[in-house]
Amino acid sequence: MARYVVRRILYAVPILLGVVLITFFLFYIVISPQQMARRQLGKNPTDEQVHQWLHQRGYDKPVVLQFKDHVVDLFLFRFGNSDVTNEPIWKRIKEGGPVSAQLSLLLLIGGLIGSISVSLFVAYYRGTYIDYWGMFLCVLMMSIVYIVWVVAGQYLLGKILKYSPLVGYREGWTSWHFLMLPVVIGILQGLGSSVRFYRTVMLDEMNLDYVRTARAKGVSEVAILFKHVLKNAMTPILTSTVSIIPQLILGNLVLESFFGIPGLGGITVDAVNSQDFATVRAITFLGAVLYIAGLILTDVSYALFDPRVRLE
Amino acid sequence: MAAFFQSDLFINSIPILLAVGFVWALVQAGRQPLWAEAYRRLRRNPMAIGAIVIIGLYASVGFLDSLGRFDARDGRRHTIIDRLFEARYHGQRERTYSAPMATMTTGEPTPHELLFPHQHLMGTDGVGDDVVYLTLKGCRTALIVGVVTQLIVTPLALFFGLSAGYFGKRVDDAIQYFYTVLDSIPGILLLIALLLVMGRGLPQICIALGITSWVGLCRLARGETLKHREREYVRAARALGVSHWRILFRHILPNLLPIVIISTTLGISGQMLTESILSFLQIGVEPGTGSWGNMVDAARLELAREPVVWWNLAAAATALFILVLAFNILGDALRDAIDPRLRSS
Amino acid sequence: MAQPLLQVMDLCTYFHTPYGVARAVDGVSFTVNPGETVGIVGESGCGKSMTALSILQLVPEPAGYIAGGRILFEGSDLLDLSWSQMRNLRGKDIAMIFQEPMTSLNAVFTVGWQMKEIMQVHGTAEGEEAYKRAVELLDHVRIPNAAQIMRQYPHELSGGMRQRVMIAMALANKPKLLIADEPTTALDVTVQAQILELMRDLQAEMGMAILLITHDLGIVAKMASQVVVMYAGQVVENAPSRVLYRNPQHPYTRGLFASLPSRNQRGHDLHTLEGTVPQATNWPPACRFEPRCAYRWGSCAKVMPRAIETEPGHIARCHLYDANIADRPEGATEGRNGTEPAAVQAGSPVRSVEAPS
Repeated sequence: MARYVVRRILYAVPILLGVVLITFFLFYIVISPQQMARRQLGKNPTDEQVHQWLHQRGYDKPVVLQFKDHVVDLFLFRFGNSDVTNEPIWKRIKEGGPVSAQLSLLLLIGGLIGSISVSLFVAYYRGTYIDYWGMFLCVLMMSIVYIVWVVAGQYLLGKILKYSPLVGYREGWTSWHFLMLPVVIGILQGLGSSVRFYRTVMLDEMNLDYVRTARAKGVSEVAILFKHVLKNAMTPILTSTVSIIPQLILGNLVLESFFGIPGLGGITVDAVNSQDFATVRAITFLGAVLYIAGLILTDVSYALFDPRVRLE
Repeated sequence: MAAFFQSDLFINSIPILLAVGFVWALVQAGRQPLWAEAYRRLRRNPMAIGAIVIIGLYASVGFLDSLGRFDARDGRRHTIIDRLFEARYHGQRERTYSAPMATMTTGEPTPHELLFPHQHLMGTDGVGDDVVYLTLKGCRTALIVGVVTQLIVTPLALFFGLSAGYFGKRVDDAIQYFYTVLDSIPGILLLIALLLVMGRGLPQICIALGITSWVGLCRLARGETLKHREREYVRAARALGVSHWRILFRHILPNLLPIVIISTTLGISGQMLTESILSFLQIGVEPGTGSWGNMVDAARLELAREPVVWWNLAAAATALFILVLAFNILGDALRDAIDPRLRSS
Repeated sequence: MAQPLLQVMDLCTYFHTPYGVARAVDGVSFTVNPGETVGIVGESGCGKSMTALSILQLVPEPAGYIAGGRILFEGSDLLDLSWSQMRNLRGKDIAMIFQEPMTSLNAVFTVGWQMKEIMQVHGTAEGEEAYKRAVELLDHVRIPNAAQIMRQYPHELSGGMRQRVMIAMALANKPKLLIADEPTTALDVTVQAQILELMRDLQAEMGMAILLITHDLGIVAKMASQVVVMYAGQVVENAPSRVLYRNPQHPYTRGLFASLPSRNQRGHDLHTLEGTVPQATNWPPACRFEPRCAYRWGSCAKVMPRAIETEPGHIARCHLYDANIADRPEGATEGRNGTEPAAVQAGSPVRSVEAPS
């Protein structure tokens, strides 16, 4: 297993190189360091000032050298300073990271538990009205724009029920209070498409032979669903979870923006809007690393659920 | 020459040709036995018929909004929809916000009388435009974003997916590397970056959304191609000396069509939803273009006002919801009609 | 005479299909006595598997449903039982094993877990005791290294081993009836013989009845004391196996036996039954075998044959033996395709087939 993980990490290196290459390439087209310098230095900077600004950040070296430096820095996680505010990027990431991570993790785990539970429930009542109307409800929920979820959620739960604060965030134990609303909204939003998919997986499994054998043994329908089918269904469910990760990031952006949660989402949007190349490059790299780590984790977890899977 | 491409004649002929072409393609497809069977099943499904009718309605509005004449007086192009509303409101706008079917403006220190009391079904927005008018203008944008993006995604995904699955080894490795790298970049960041490079605007959004969404279908296509490559009929064709490309196009590709169609239909609804989120994040189409996303974005400020201006958001969100729902239902119905084996019940 | 263990009476199991109602099991009746082995033979699509599934009410829903008849187990009608009462019966009084041991066992749980489950569900044993009993059972079905096998997963075992595990699992709660649906079809021939022998020994030891579903006449010859021949959802012949092999009466059964390659036929063409099995949604209106029958005449396509008891314990559903059918032509029992010997009469041997041992 360790060998497998090491090999996957090694495979990740050329992928990350490719990511850095594309980011580098894209942003050089967007705005050249010259332009960045001129914007930063205010009105009519002298060539000398521009030159110094560029030199400080290493933007005056030949492009290939710059790229090499980028690669080395990124792989060593030396993110340097923001092009715009000149603050160390790591500092900002450390401020926003844990918050975003908290939000994402809650969304992911809460979403999984919620979706799996609902889909098990619907699968148990397959063929009945509960199933039919439940699926219709899911299609409806899938068609609602995220923003409407947020707005409606804020309005209903925040204003009317006055249950949780509308915006803001505070560290520590009270953070739950602030995160509750965005997490609930985020989970509800994803419920529609997840439940539909998981239900299909469950029903496909229920048509398989081992379910018939379990029934012939006298096992109850509930036990069949929750033990036999669920464990077998985890493989396709985990696979689909991987592709949910990009959605999570997007969801994070929207939720953080609307609820005033100071996470990485805000930092990202700011950086892009102010064309802070250094920060964007760092966050993109970080994002790619996390995504690949997620992929590896998912593959490893297959082995947890399905003994037929042999990692080699 | 350039004048021709900007002339009314040329610009108006595009949507007409597209519509005709689409109808012709449907008729041709209906002749094939596989699709004839699918059509039959589809016809028996009332929800699917409803969805198709709704999409047709939206498409008609979008179509009407694509035909128009360039008016030299104010330097803008006036479409049929524009003309309809200009006729209704005599080319005038209200002062500012007003509630649905109201007589007075909303949100001003001293409310003014409306020029057209009880005539604005869903009220007016900040600059006095009728909200129903704005909503109708948004149809075209949404449909273009959804459909054109998928038209970009599909050939791209199929090309790479089929090649990777069929030719294997080096080609497969290269293509997999390529799309894994692309996939590893957080989608929203890539989107933003592309839009910054290309600028904002409808075609740019379609291209950027296309580039960030083709990987999913590509993976599916690759998987299916791998399955079919090992089938006997492919080996038989090779033994008979059929060229690779012919095999791909005439043998393997038709087998992928059900998955492609379903994925495309559901993709359309996904793109439309994403576009509205992009507008919300301030990177969508330019504020001038009619777009539901822009209307939703405007809601951000409008909801904070006293009294709350909800009608702008409601109209846009409802219009978007109904169209997305229609596409989702159609996608499901197509899945059932084309390949009942894919259904599980 | 002891009370029969299982009595199936006029069982009808139908399916809703896009092309109409498929009458997969259409009026099937037979009896299984305690400790007896009854074999149900027939080709694919005749409804034998569905009959077996119907007994335990495992018919695939919602398309399938039991449309009529009675299934008496130890005197009480199973079709009257509630879902939980039925559940109590499954895996305890009546157990079932299936054709494909690989897919029939849950791939993500160990053998031991699955063995213990059947005991825990019925409360026959828990924890440590269940473990010990499971190991004993595995030993009993002649699996070497039983304790080690308990920790392994189904995909790590061979086909024959998996089927033994299935059998061990089925026997865990000492069932009175074991339903075996094509238990050896997916196995190699040599393994087949071992499994069958195992089943026979276990039966002798435990005194349980076996309902054996198969398409293989050879297996039925070795294992069954009573044979039920099914065709197109109906029972066409039912007899003690020696009687059947000596004197098959229904034209279908005769065709089956004639199709078996044997030494005596060396150099001759193999006998085949012309035609194919009809669709379950579209059974012929009268005798369902009529289109393929070498002995058919006018009435066969008009009147559904009754099940006639031609000699004690021997039932055949054919007009040949029905005295009430008036228009039977002369020499009807001769057959048409020329490969049949002349004048087959009730009681006379047809040809030499491996006699049941």
